[in-house]
Amino acid sequence: MNSSKKIRVLIAKPGLDGHDRGAKVVARALRDAGMEVIYTGLRQTPEMIVESALQEDVDCIGLSILSGAHMALFPRVMELLRKEGANDILVVGGGIIPEDDIPELKKAGIAEIFGPGTPLEDIVEYIRTHVKK
Amino acid sequence: MSDENSLKKALSDWEKGPVAKTINRFPEREEEFKTISGIPVKRLYTPLDTQTVDYLQDLGFPGQYPFTRGVQPTMYRGRFWTMRQYSGFATAKETNERFRFLLDQGQTGLSVAFDLPTQIGYDSDNPMSHGEVGKVGVAIDSLADMEVLFDGIPLNKVSTSMTINAPAAVLLAMYIAVAEKQGVPMEKLRGTIQNDILKEYVARGTYIFPPKPSMRLITDIFKFCSENMPLWNTISISGYHIREAGSTAVQELAFTLANGIAYVKAAIEAGLDVDAFASRLSFFFGSHSDFLEEIAKFRAARRLWARIMRERFGARDDKSCRLRFHTQTAGCTLTAQQPDNNIVRVTLQALQAVLGGTNSLHTNSRDEALALPTEESVQIALRTQQIIAYETGVGDTIDPLAGSYYIESLTNEIEECVMKYIEKIDSMGGAPAAIENGYIQSEIHNSAYQFQTAVDAGQRIVVGVNKFIVPEERTIDYLRVDPHVEEEQVARLKKVRETRDNDRVQETLEALKAGAKGDENLVPLILDAVKAYATLGEICDVLRDVFGEYKSPDIL
Amino acid sequence: MSIDDLVEAVLSGKRRALARVITLIENEDPKADKILSALYKHTGKAHVIGVTGPPGSGKSTIVTRMTAEFRRRSKTVGIICVDPSSPFTGGALLGDRIRMQEHTLDREVFVRSMGTRGHLGGLSRATSDAVRVIDAFGKDIIIVETVGTGQSEVDVVELAHTVIVTDVPGSGDDIQAIKAGIMEIADIFVVNKKDLPGADKKVTEINAMLDIDPNMGMWRPPVILTNANTGEGIPELVDKIEEHMRFLVETGLLKKKGLERSKEELEQLMKYKLTRELLMKLQGTPEYEEAIQKIAERIADPYTVAERLILDFLVKFRE
Repeated sequence: MNSSKKIRVLIAKPGLDGHDRGAKVVARALRDAGMEVIYTGLRQTPEMIVESALQEDVDCIGLSILSGAHMALFPRVMELLRKEGANDILVVGGGIIPEDDIPELKKAGIAEIFGPGTPLEDIVEYIRTHVKK
Repeated sequence: MSDENSLKKALSDWEKGPVAKTINRFPEREEEFKTISGIPVKRLYTPLDTQTVDYLQDLGFPGQYPFTRGVQPTMYRGRFWTMRQYSGFATAKETNERFRFLLDQGQTGLSVAFDLPTQIGYDSDNPMSHGEVGKVGVAIDSLADMEVLFDGIPLNKVSTSMTINAPAAVLLAMYIAVAEKQGVPMEKLRGTIQNDILKEYVARGTYIFPPKPSMRLITDIFKFCSENMPLWNTISISGYHIREAGSTAVQELAFTLANGIAYVKAAIEAGLDVDAFASRLSFFFGSHSDFLEEIAKFRAARRLWARIMRERFGARDDKSCRLRFHTQTAGCTLTAQQPDNNIVRVTLQALQAVLGGTNSLHTNSRDEALALPTEESVQIALRTQQIIAYETGVGDTIDPLAGSYYIESLTNEIEECVMKYIEKIDSMGGAPAAIENGYIQSEIHNSAYQFQTAVDAGQRIVVGVNKFIVPEERTIDYLRVDPHVEEEQVARLKKVRETRDNDRVQETLEALKAGAKGDENLVPLILDAVKAYATLGEICDVLRDVFGEYKSPDIL
Repeated sequence: MSIDDLVEAVLSGKRRALARVITLIENEDPKADKILSALYKHTGKAHVIGVTGPPGSGKSTIVTRMTAEFRRRSKTVGIICVDPSSPFTGGALLGDRIRMQEHTLDREVFVRSMGTRGHLGGLSRATSDAVRVIDAFGKDIIIVETVGTGQSEVDVVELAHTVIVTDVPGSGDDIQAIKAGIMEIADIFVVNKKDLPGADKKVTEINAMLDIDPNMGMWRPPVILTNANTGEGIPELVDKIEEHMRFLVETGLLKKKGLERSKEELEQLMKYKLTRELLMKLQGTPEYEEAIQKIAERIADPYTVAERLILDFLVKFRE
């Protein structure tokens, strides 16, 4: 009887950028879609994000960044997850991320990048169908 | 109004006659029309909607209280608004080149974007800075960088706006020091520091210290500038970021003015006379997509602030009651889809700001939903302003939309809605308390969520995003910051630390620490430290040590 | 990972295993009971502290500060933050970690956010099982933070040795809340945000109420003024928490409470398991649906049907 099983998602803002409108809106949409969303707030280092994800045993990590630091920070998150043997966690990203950077981020293990204008429903659906349960 | 009754009757006849007949055959597009702030929009506005407007009391003349029609007597007939593009990236050297380019292109003021480590008071070699150095703005670690940033730019001729908040005093001190080296005394300097910490707590996130010491730093700056820098705008109370975080136009005004009230109160409590500092307060708003609501918003803002200053704070000087503001077109309305459409959005938003009487303007570049703008995009954005100024003629008469039944009625309605919010915030103990209990954040967040779900549901159309979509390859050119910038900047910083007089640095930092513990004005102490080439991070660390760091009470 | 591996990993301090076991508990996974039963003998060492109070009284900040103070005293800390799940969607937004960032990278602190989820066994069971796993994992102090509205504060009493009730100056209604039941459960009162006007008045009010409490035992709850933002009052609070534990030990109340709790827990567990077994057997069967139909149509009555179903179940159970 696993009726109370829930998808758990960590929404994190790596780096120093304080624009959390997107992160919060997505957090709320995932909540409204029946998921448990752990929001960690601003200024998270990759180390903090991975540690929080482990403690919270999440199925998915959503990273949001608008400052352009994604090439330094997203792959670092993936590297730390691998080191912890936790690369089964689905990692998705969003924010201002140039198209050209996406192949490299995907190569690093980021499953999907959601740019500006992505309907919330698409994000919800993607997570729902891609988490490893 | 002698013919009020006949007008009412004629209006009713029109509604019941031709209107009803037309609607019967062709229903209107919506059951109910509303502005983005949710204010109902009627089919038609008539003199009946502006009956309560008392021309002299509510509108008056440009340059006169309550400044509804503008803050200067001649407005754009004298001089156009300041065309001020926000820019900055990578190192001081590269940004300096971009500044010179912009000045060559006819830009009339500078606006410095700093990178996030600078905005949060970290040096470029701090582990927290990794990946962020030079990304969203220029990296400034010490006076040495600031010297390069303004190299060859005469500071007695340009006005410079700096988007810096928590460490505003440090960057201001660096600016003063650079000017001094150019032989320009600080009383001649013109420009603005953003210095608005309250909106950082609710919308932008680059805070360092808790509210109390942050407010002290701000009032120290007010005081220092009122004595030494008569032409400097000591704060830019910003609604722009509140709007970008998702608020409506009404909320943007309400929360910004509530923050303004908190600063004025703090300065008065710190012993300043209201008329000694109030004329140097400035504001900063966004220009979003609801054309007429935005114009009314700007007009309402001026009237509201004038009345707040006079009625609430007893300002005697008319200059204290003037709301002067900078406008930026709304970044959050830019789309990554069909990015050239953004040029049109920016044009309309810029036109709104001009019709609303802005004092300076930044127009966004078409590619900013994708990345940092290229030089070409920045040029188009600047040209947009120049076309509005030089070709359209909208600046040839002042406040041309005044007297429009709708604009005047909407200006009134916005004013009323804003006052209701301000009263509510007052009842909570003012903006700082309403921020601490999360009220303002959750109001903004609710609006953001509603907006997004309306877009997702197709109730609000965004061209190219949820309607008129085309398949597209995104091959737009964009500016990429060289990843070596961080290494270079760290190397420069290391060199500064090695070549400066480190005893002198220690001495000035100790003095700053003692000052921070007491109640001395911190600006002169920071200026001493800056001149000794103490770094931004070192100075902020001293203050962190004494003041502590702010922890967000973030409420979801 | 197998059940044995998970148990082993929890006992040897693998935090990911701990996190995974808590997930199994939250999901009411059948493996959870087996793991809990294997871990049981390793529990009973931690000092469990409940923190409850109205929204906006600074609970998370107090918990963060308390944790820092316990760490200074060389204690390891586990934290469970419970927030309500949406009754409509079952989703939850869990934001307590925001204020606990400073402990994220401290390996001696483990933080877990939980939604209330509307568990069959109630909040108390999932939370108290989670507490138990963290206890077996070896944390000295376990802090459970819950919003003080409705049922949760009563649940917190069942699993905590020391209950802290937080409050802030102002707003007249919280006096009502205190009267309505939180009063009896507090071992320590905290009046947070002492910098706000009315803080001293609030302390006086709470003390006055305690003075006329006819059920006051040997422990008179102290009322502590704090400013969690600056950390003022936190060392005193932690002193009082430790003093309360000494009091429980010295008076034998700890043992007595332990016995009571074991009895309560056993009964709860039996009730829960019995109900679960029963419903798993019945739900979805045609007989069950038919019985419900008949009750609705007034052909049968729920009293007789319930009795018959339970009796049938017990008879089959014996076979």
